[in-house]
Amino acid sequence: MAEASPRIGVRRTYKLYVGGAFPRSESGRSYPVTSPAGVHLANAALASRKDVRDAVVTARRAFPGWSGRTAYNRGQILYRIAEMMEGRRDQFAAEVAAAEGAGRGKAQALVSAAVDRWVYYAGWADKLGQVLGGANPVSGPYFNLSEPEPTGVVGVLAPTGSSLLGLVSVLAPVITSGNTAVLVASERAPLPAVTLAEALATSDLPAGVANILTGRVAELAPPLAGHADVNALDLAGAGALAAELEELAATTLKRVLRPGRDDWNAADPGLARIRPFLEIKTVWHPMGR
Amino acid sequence: MEIFEYAPAPESRSIVSIRPSYDLFIDGEFVEAKSDERIVTVNPADEEPLAEVAAAGDADVERAFAAARRAFERVWSPLPGAERGKYLFRIARVIQERARELAVLESLDNGKPIKETRDIDLPLVAAHFFYYAGWADKLSHAGLAGTRPLGVAAQVIPWNFPLLMLAWKVAPALATGNTVVLKPAETTPLTALAFAEICQEADLPPGVVNIVTGAGDTGRAVVSHPDADKVAFTGSTEVGRQIARTVAGTGKRLTLELGGKGANIVYDDAAIDQAVEGIVSGIFFNQGHVCCAGSRLLVQESIAQELLARLRARIERLRLGDPLDKNTDLGAINSAAQLARIRELAAAGEAEGATGWSPACPLPERGYWFPPTVFTGVTQAHRIAREEIFGPVLSVLTFRTPEEAVAKANNTPYGLSAGVWTEKGSLMLWTASRLRAGVVWSNTFNVFDPASPFGGYKESGYGREGGLHGLEAYLDV
Amino acid sequence: MPDTIPGSLRSYLHGLPGVDEVGVARRAADLATRSVKTTAKRQALDLAIRMVDLTTLEGSDTPGKVRALAAKAVRPDPADPAAPSVAALCVYPDMIATAARALAGTGVGLASVATGFPAGRTPLEVKLADTRAAVAAGATEVDMVIDRGAFLAGDYRKVLDEITAVKEGCGQAHLKVILETGELVTLDNVRRASWLALHAGADFIKTSTGKIAPAATPPVTLVMLEAVRDYRAATGRQAGVKPAGGIRTAKDALRYLVLVKEIAGDDWLDPAWFRLGASTLLNDLLMQRTKLGTGHYSGPDYYTID
Repeated sequence: MAEASPRIGVRRTYKLYVGGAFPRSESGRSYPVTSPAGVHLANAALASRKDVRDAVVTARRAFPGWSGRTAYNRGQILYRIAEMMEGRRDQFAAEVAAAEGAGRGKAQALVSAAVDRWVYYAGWADKLGQVLGGANPVSGPYFNLSEPEPTGVVGVLAPTGSSLLGLVSVLAPVITSGNTAVLVASERAPLPAVTLAEALATSDLPAGVANILTGRVAELAPPLAGHADVNALDLAGAGALAAELEELAATTLKRVLRPGRDDWNAADPGLARIRPFLEIKTVWHPMGR
Repeated sequence: MEIFEYAPAPESRSIVSIRPSYDLFIDGEFVEAKSDERIVTVNPADEEPLAEVAAAGDADVERAFAAARRAFERVWSPLPGAERGKYLFRIARVIQERARELAVLESLDNGKPIKETRDIDLPLVAAHFFYYAGWADKLSHAGLAGTRPLGVAAQVIPWNFPLLMLAWKVAPALATGNTVVLKPAETTPLTALAFAEICQEADLPPGVVNIVTGAGDTGRAVVSHPDADKVAFTGSTEVGRQIARTVAGTGKRLTLELGGKGANIVYDDAAIDQAVEGIVSGIFFNQGHVCCAGSRLLVQESIAQELLARLRARIERLRLGDPLDKNTDLGAINSAAQLARIRELAAAGEAEGATGWSPACPLPERGYWFPPTVFTGVTQAHRIAREEIFGPVLSVLTFRTPEEAVAKANNTPYGLSAGVWTEKGSLMLWTASRLRAGVVWSNTFNVFDPASPFGGYKESGYGREGGLHGLEAYLDV
Repeated sequence: MPDTIPGSLRSYLHGLPGVDEVGVARRAADLATRSVKTTAKRQALDLAIRMVDLTTLEGSDTPGKVRALAAKAVRPDPADPAAPSVAALCVYPDMIATAARALAGTGVGLASVATGFPAGRTPLEVKLADTRAAVAAGATEVDMVIDRGAFLAGDYRKVLDEITAVKEGCGQAHLKVILETGELVTLDNVRRASWLALHAGADFIKTSTGKIAPAATPPVTLVMLEAVRDYRAATGRQAGVKPAGGIRTAKDALRYLVLVKEIAGDDWLDPAWFRLGASTLLNDLLMQRTKLGTGHYSGPDYYTID
């Protein structure tokens, strides 16, 4: 009997995630991704300005539907994302280990924290209205109610150093309230972001709510920050570009969450990353017969 | 037989004594400016000079920030909230006591009717201080436990509601433990200077409130001062943009309350007489110098003709003239520059094919005046449907369905206010929930309250003033 | 014959635009700040006096009381012959004859309440007999009450038919239709009842009997003024408005005149189109009038109590 030849593995192609689909960059470009030790891991799509534009269009298109869902439904879907990640723990752990040079145990812990983060923000979806809104006792015969609403399309620069937990920690708070997102993954460690996209795609999250681009932050962030149809920016991963991007954002008066001393391991991140991407709407109505 | 006609009913201006010249208010005292530049503020109703104020230069602004920083560190932030609150209560009381005087002064300097300063501005100013006074020792109950004041707030306010905008800025800043350097508008500095006297009267510790008068250069110096921890601005979107650029990268906290092009949506089942009132107060309140004005009337096509007929009849009853006359509904345009801007946009409306209408309404010979004006035949593409006019000029558009109304209402880079008129509750809520605007007035318009947050979406700015939400702007949330 | 009302009465009346109470109150409060001073006040006080329906509607009314009040109606201020007469004297039907004799040749109108005033809970035949008797006795104006029970039960036809019948019974006398707005409660009801009465042929719509609180209020009067304004625009026929009950001071009266001026317009600033149903109001109007003339405040002892 002839000896069976060893099976040739099927490698994944790491693509963008835009509008619920996995296109390559329209530019046809890719870039090599290596581990911190310099080992080649894969090629990732090198998104272009046009990919940014396409992602903003799809995010805008998804906004009315996603923000129009009930908060309960959004919470359910975020929880479903946690379920999908849980089922692919080993894959995520392997990728985080490779991407961040973390040991097996550390990588497992980061994946656990990332899954739990989805659960955490899933629970916020239908609490925000009560925590951040409410009736105002105006001195007149009026019913007066303030409630938080999502601001719209949010451009997110994911943190560079925390490829999965950091990524989830910035994406989940943006979309739980009903915003849609165009996220630029960690330039150096983008592979867990693409795997997350695959989990998102199987989790009932409507197409276009979360769009994930991989590539050069210096190339993608300025068009995102300058895009007039983007309402807000999370500059967590902006690094040295932060001031320039904030200035670009000023052109259309975007809400900007500046990079700060973020602890991605905090057990209870609170509202700090939710609140900047909300608007408070106040509705008045007379009370009479 | 004589018909009953209103006789002139001028409020006496003798209650106000305006000094010929004012210094800056820094560190609890009126101090001579180091800059020798002066600004003359005039009464827009007759173009007569009222007083001369200093145009603060960099050195003056520097002094003001030094005083504010000292007061923040040594006095104000260490003071228990309850004590800070008591100062604010005191200020509120003095404002009530001097309300008549302040109302007359505001009408003189701004040109707005005494009816409005007396019945709306001043009561709201006092109420705002009362409201935030009570918060000073209760921040831990506002979901803001463990937060700290930001430090020194640089505040620049507009000319349309001079004292009210001061209250919106100063009251929450002080309640949360910040100190302020405030620049009132170039054309309306006088009530801010009267407020400085009130701070003295209330024995507010020196340096907690500093008031530097001046024009654009002074404003730029204030918002770009390196020692400002917080910048708060109310004014045009254009200037707001510049300030946002200036602040970028500095780490200063910023809130902006900017322009608007509010849509007032009238459905065919609206309480039509009250809708007409709402349209009138939406665009003619304060001569239309209101960022949240309902400057675009979106009326359902099926009732457009009837509504416009009623609207015109109502506008014909508006009384334009002497701001100090108690029966004046529409006062003077605040400045020659603003009048020129209104005229330019109104001319653009005509040139682009819209039809303007104004009642037969004699305008005083001196001063800055513009008649109430309604443009029909306006389309989304016209400048008067897109640009903020900030004057008594209404643009009328029609719609057929609720979807179209909302789409047109939201079709603007602004997002400050909107109105909805319908007797059907579910349609009101459906519409309100889809409008991208920070304040939605349903079956009413242009009502304000210190407990009610105010502020815009999109290019109308960010952050909220008023209510619990207004506290966040001055704490390191 | 009443004006033709298309379709069912209910669909018609409920098709009228809604009224937002808070918006009306806001408008009324704004108009209440109108300053009426100097020449305006002089004009307004005289006009208000000329619009007064001087009223006594008490169980204790006697011929003597009515004769005294009639004299006051004709010559309100004995000290000042220039003070105008009031519009009309308003009494119960059994006092008409006495009042008619006292007012003969003076030009002061004579109004009688009728139709089982104030509750109106009598059969239609009695209401009609009441009306005819009042007119026969010399009433030039009849103040009827609507059947509020029927209105609130949704039986608009009954209300309409009754007004129509009473109007017919009035002959040449002017018909004022009292809505008793204090029992209708909502401003939507006030608007519907106003239009119902106008279509039925009312010459005037009147707020109240004075026996139910609240009686006349500025918001209610404002809505009724809108009704006569819009009714004239729709049909060409002008009708009047009469707030009654609770208007006690000159300041109140002037505020009503401001409402007339700014809501209905100057065309209604005439006793033919606006009346103030009141009793004690007249003396305050006279006192204010004297104050304007002399510069000094007057006192109640200087005016006749009736």
